[in-house]
Amino acid sequence: MQLVSLDDIGVHRSGRWLVRNVSFDIKRGEIVSLIGPNGAGKSTCARVALGVMAANEGRVSRSARLKVGYVPQKLALDWTLPLSVERLMRLTERPSSQQIAAALERTGIAGMEKAPVQGLSGGEFQRALLARALLRSPNLLVLDEPVQGVDYGGELALYDLILQLREELDCGVLMISHDLHVVMAQTDSVVCLNGHVCCRGAPATVSGSQEFQQIFGEQAMASLALYQHNHDHQHLDDGRVVPADAGGCCGENHSHPHQSSKEQDSKERGNA
Amino acid sequence: MLDDFFMRAMVAGLMLAAVAGPLGCFVIWRRLSYFGDTMAHAALLGVALAVFLQVDMLLGVGAIVALVAVLLVALRRRGTLSADTLLGILSHGALAVGLVMIGFMDDARVDLMALLFGDLLAVDHSDILVIAIIGAGVLVLLWAMWQPLLAATLNHEIAEAEGQRPQLSEMVFVLLIAGVIAVALKIVGALLITALLIIPAAAARWLSRSPEIMAVLAALLGMVGVAGGLWGSLQFDSASGPSIVVCSLLVFMVCISLGALIERRKRG
Repeated sequence: MQLVSLDDIGVHRSGRWLVRNVSFDIKRGEIVSLIGPNGAGKSTCARVALGVMAANEGRVSRSARLKVGYVPQKLALDWTLPLSVERLMRLTERPSSQQIAAALERTGIAGMEKAPVQGLSGGEFQRALLARALLRSPNLLVLDEPVQGVDYGGELALYDLILQLREELDCGVLMISHDLHVVMAQTDSVVCLNGHVCCRGAPATVSGSQEFQQIFGEQAMASLALYQHNHDHQHLDDGRVVPADAGGCCGENHSHPHQSSKEQDSKERGNA
Repeated sequence: MLDDFFMRAMVAGLMLAAVAGPLGCFVIWRRLSYFGDTMAHAALLGVALAVFLQVDMLLGVGAIVALVAVLLVALRRRGTLSADTLLGILSHGALAVGLVMIGFMDDARVDLMALLFGDLLAVDHSDILVIAIIGAGVLVLLWAMWQPLLAATLNHEIAEAEGQRPQLSEMVFVLLIAGVIAVALKIVGALLITALLIIPAAAARWLSRSPEIMAVLAALLGMVGVAGGLWGSLQFDSASGPSIVVCSLLVFMVCISLGALIERRKRG
């Protein structure tokens, strides 16, 4: 079942195109990841898919039976709002105490029902948000950097959990992630963005292709610490790209470097 | 009993506090304190226009405050000027225009001091009835939209993505504030209405573990402030609005101390 489909969308804000010519779709039981450098429009595309941001061009179709569970990248909570983890779980749904306990256990924060949300660490808060999203039994999970602030061991466990949830709920997953190895190993479809779709396809085909080597490979394939990719096209001021990419995989001889924020990620991980 | 002017003011004030408390919680959760202030200042302009056009005072105030509220929400969404600049312009602009207009009117028709600081004597039977009706309406609506409003307060995008309508609940919310401001004008005055919304809610925060507890507590603490303030106003012949705010401030300080004490005991 098709959940969400973006067809050649473009988003124009404050006098510039944040993204343009982006197409992808998400089906039930499928994990789609968005990758790309900072400012590439990953969150913008996720917002358009969620229906909280309107596209200025192109078509967005969303299934009428869509039930979304959303974990945003950032969530600023005012201290004046007294909120326990348990109350957060009941924000838009009415799960039982057993269900809440089970969800917290699965996300690795068992027994924290009574803890005030403002007292949670970044990683714990992220886990709580994921628990809240899964308690909705969504058919579409949208995760914007779901493991930020989570310690290294926890990251793998959370990615495993996302895989399990996909099986259990038979839900589609739209994930924004910097973890290339996870993206490549565990997702069904990868969309590489840089204001437009640079590259798209199943990880197996993508990673086997020469183009993929050019994007992520060159020096960094093994370490995955940094990726650089060069483009065969130019970005015009209006966000258009010449020569146009037809949504296929990257062409040859890229001419501008994309710096990933991988470095920053590992720094954050060190702090967590 | 309601024949006594003091009892009338007391009943009106207590009802007002019961409504302002829960509403004020959302005002501070959403960081809208200055927003409330702007609407309250616009109330003065509403009075001036009502007198000028010879329409009912409550109607004039309600309409102008609601208009300013809707304007603010719309302008904020466009997001060009920062919110505090926008609020500053509208707040002081409305206050100044209102004051200038009232200045041209003759003193017998408008008592400026009463408008700015509230007037105990001004509360009559029909005011009590209006506060009771509007207050009950506001509380019922707030009760009905508590969950979606709380979700929108926590995160607008989550609420919208998950099928709620945060923009609608936000709009209803600012209109509820407009209603409360319109009826509060007589008792606390335009300059101090926001205090009635914010101070009891902020005081309640120190003693609350859930949003719901905080809302109920804010109503109760607001009522303490009103009762104490009106009593003081009668005792010392002070203006009712400032007296209520001073008393609320005392309540707030007691609550901070209690909060600190509880915190220390928890740590052992």
